[in-house]
Amino acid sequence: MVLSIRSLTKIFPGTRALDGVDFDLRAGEVHALLGENGAGKSTLIKCLTGAYQRSAGTVRLDGAEIAPTSTVEAQDLGIGTVYQEVNLLPNLTVAQNLMFGREPRRFGLIDHRSLRAEARRLLAEYGLDIDVDRDLGSYSVAVRQIVAIARAVALSGKVLILDEPTASLDAREVQMLFKVVRGLRDRGLGIIFVSHFLDQVFDLCDRVTVLRNGRHVVTTETDALDRMALIEHMLGRTLRDEVLHNPPPDRGPRPEMLRFTGIGRRGVVEPFDLTIGKGEVVGLAGLLGSGRTESAELLFGLRPAQTGEARDESGKLDLPGPRAAIGHGFGFAPEDRKTDGIVADLSLRENILLGLQARRGWMRPIPRAEQNRLADDYIRRLDIRTSGKEKPIGELSGGNQQKAVLARWLAMNPRFLILDEPTRGIDVGAHAEILHLIHDLVDQGLSILVISSELDELLAVSNRVIVLRDRRHVAELTGAAISGEGIMRAIAATEGAPA
Amino acid sequence: MTGTALKRIAPQLLALAALVGLVSLFYPGFLSVSVNDGRLVGPAIDVLKRSAPVAILAVGMTLVIATRGIDLSVGATMAICGAVAAYAVSAGTGLPVALALAIGAGLLAGLWNGVLVALVGVQPFVATLILMTAGRGIAQLITEGRILTFTDPAFAFVGSGTLWGLPFPAWLWLALAVLTALVMRRTALGMLVESIGINRRASALAGVNAVVLLIAVYMAMGFCAALAGLVVTADIRGADANNAGLWLELDAILAVVIGGNSLLGGRFSIAASVIGALIIQTITIGIRLAGFPSEYNLVIKAVLVVVILVLQSPRIAAEWRYWRDEARRKREAEGKGTP
Repeated sequence: MVLSIRSLTKIFPGTRALDGVDFDLRAGEVHALLGENGAGKSTLIKCLTGAYQRSAGTVRLDGAEIAPTSTVEAQDLGIGTVYQEVNLLPNLTVAQNLMFGREPRRFGLIDHRSLRAEARRLLAEYGLDIDVDRDLGSYSVAVRQIVAIARAVALSGKVLILDEPTASLDAREVQMLFKVVRGLRDRGLGIIFVSHFLDQVFDLCDRVTVLRNGRHVVTTETDALDRMALIEHMLGRTLRDEVLHNPPPDRGPRPEMLRFTGIGRRGVVEPFDLTIGKGEVVGLAGLLGSGRTESAELLFGLRPAQTGEARDESGKLDLPGPRAAIGHGFGFAPEDRKTDGIVADLSLRENILLGLQARRGWMRPIPRAEQNRLADDYIRRLDIRTSGKEKPIGELSGGNQQKAVLARWLAMNPRFLILDEPTRGIDVGAHAEILHLIHDLVDQGLSILVISSELDELLAVSNRVIVLRDRRHVAELTGAAISGEGIMRAIAATEGAPA
Repeated sequence: MTGTALKRIAPQLLALAALVGLVSLFYPGFLSVSVNDGRLVGPAIDVLKRSAPVAILAVGMTLVIATRGIDLSVGATMAICGAVAAYAVSAGTGLPVALALAIGAGLLAGLWNGVLVALVGVQPFVATLILMTAGRGIAQLITEGRILTFTDPAFAFVGSGTLWGLPFPAWLWLALAVLTALVMRRTALGMLVESIGINRRASALAGVNAVVLLIAVYMAMGFCAALAGLVVTADIRGADANNAGLWLELDAILAVVIGGNSLLGGRFSIAASVIGALIIQTITIGIRLAGFPSEYNLVIKAVLVVVILVLQSPRIAAEWRYWRDEARRKREAEGKGTP
């Protein structure tokens, strides 16, 4: 047992973020730490890395009790951490990042030659052969991630904590990372792996520990656990299984509402045709970088299309920008909620009403009573959990922020809604709720385009799936042809062939 | 004014009150007001009048800063507008035309800045730096390098006249601040301005016309600069292209900051900024009244500003709340201990 935690408790004013949690980490295992938002995962990690001091309990590393008061101290003790947003310096070279703070010296000056050699040697252990003189920032997130791991392992070497390391990686990069992690496991490190992606947990991890509301729920071998049981542990209630794994109701052929022909932009997405039926969900599948988001941005006028046109039953639609698209009854809930969706310092109420108010114009403010009514209405209908509608939206959880962005669009009563990764970074409970909501909206006649990198999610909501690869729309699946295998085959069918 | 709005400007009001108290220690007559020839006279009235240029600028600057921008060109714009008005009046156009021309010049300056920022995408600091540099040159071209003096008594009234007992400039900034605040809060403008300041991209995606709004805000700033330029020009009965509004952009930014508005944009309070302008002017006049040699002025002013900003900083406020709550808990614990 490299790390042994007993009845760890952390109390914040008003809450017990951790309440008597036990946790064991063996040398040479990858141990997943799972739980919904607020379960206590990050608090546990912060207690280990010295960011927080525990209120009670014991933490033993190799049998000796430890209580680090800073990340540096934790590192010296042997606990290294790699975060989702890599905590390195992108404007220094790879070598400088690896050796930062322990540069080899000659006559008191940094010895650049042995610095580079040492950096190369370190990376070679991870099968990474890159130019260590280039700025770290010029490499992909996956490479940066591995550099961060290499640095953390070189500094600490007993316990490695990976906090959501795969959130911004595509499938191939994830496999690359996993190879590295497995290698470290075989070298005898204890690795704690925090992730939202259950597939990855099953793929990589030897054991799983689930936390819920600051308490330890279960620790078990991954092999002895099936997916539904795991989700049940996390939610503490039975997930509505039918939502995630049954196909959407067959809504039959839908009357055509919008027709896009030859929409494209050089270097962004090759021209494509797309029809949207009334009350239909169309899914966009493809790997990261295949042009999914870019397609949606063209449809919404966020990037002007160079070719093609959009039509509805009344004729041609101009799409020079978002305001025009909104005028045509379009809505777009973007992938990156923080930078493109929410206006963090404004209240939940203002965020919900922002779109409606912008459309009415500044001269016609929505009366306060009406604002309150609308905000309350959507908070109730979408089950947004908040201590009040005047709370700044930045303080809400990811799932609730996403619901508020949805509410903003629903308040404008659109006919065509584009949802880009509507459940990214959202806990499992809110995930199911949002999929439910999509079904409800479509039943009310709304047409929805869903972009998702989760196959299950596309299968659960789409009446039709369009597959993209290398910035081209390569396949369209309907009815019975929609299956996880079918989509993957469509992505793979052209894989390897020259673009 | 509602409770939350009052709470928002409480730190600024407290700072102002403390300053007035401090100045009164050195100069007991600071708050005394007498009536002379139908006019109120006294150091405090002088503060109200002398605050006008910075207070007027602070109204516009609050909006610009709320959009996450900044306008360094307002001092130069003041000089241009003053020069335009003085030139027109001396050329015999009559006051209304002269005022309209000056305000037009201010709006034009704002349009220029707004287009650079919103359409061309130049950073506000750099975009307005252009006019800050060029503006004085333009003003000098208009005045042909001289101080353009005029004698029109109606124009002079804008700078030194008295209306219902108070100096006209004081009425002007009060009215401007109240009207602007009303327009911002009674329409949706305030929220839309804040939303583009906090997250322009998300706002534009939600359909907010960020480009037009930004240009409008910079034009409003230009309008305020024109008013401020008119006040200082009318006050000295002459347009001084070199010195009119010199460094006032910095005082205006300082007033906005003392008003607790974040330079990162977003939530704003015009009332707080205007009180900030009053604080600055109280310091300036207070130091003189207290009898310090003039070479101390700037240093004392800087020290006072630092003290005010430190006391207002959120971090200090959090510390203060923490100690207050601790003390309260201790008191309560002791209260329970004794039956």
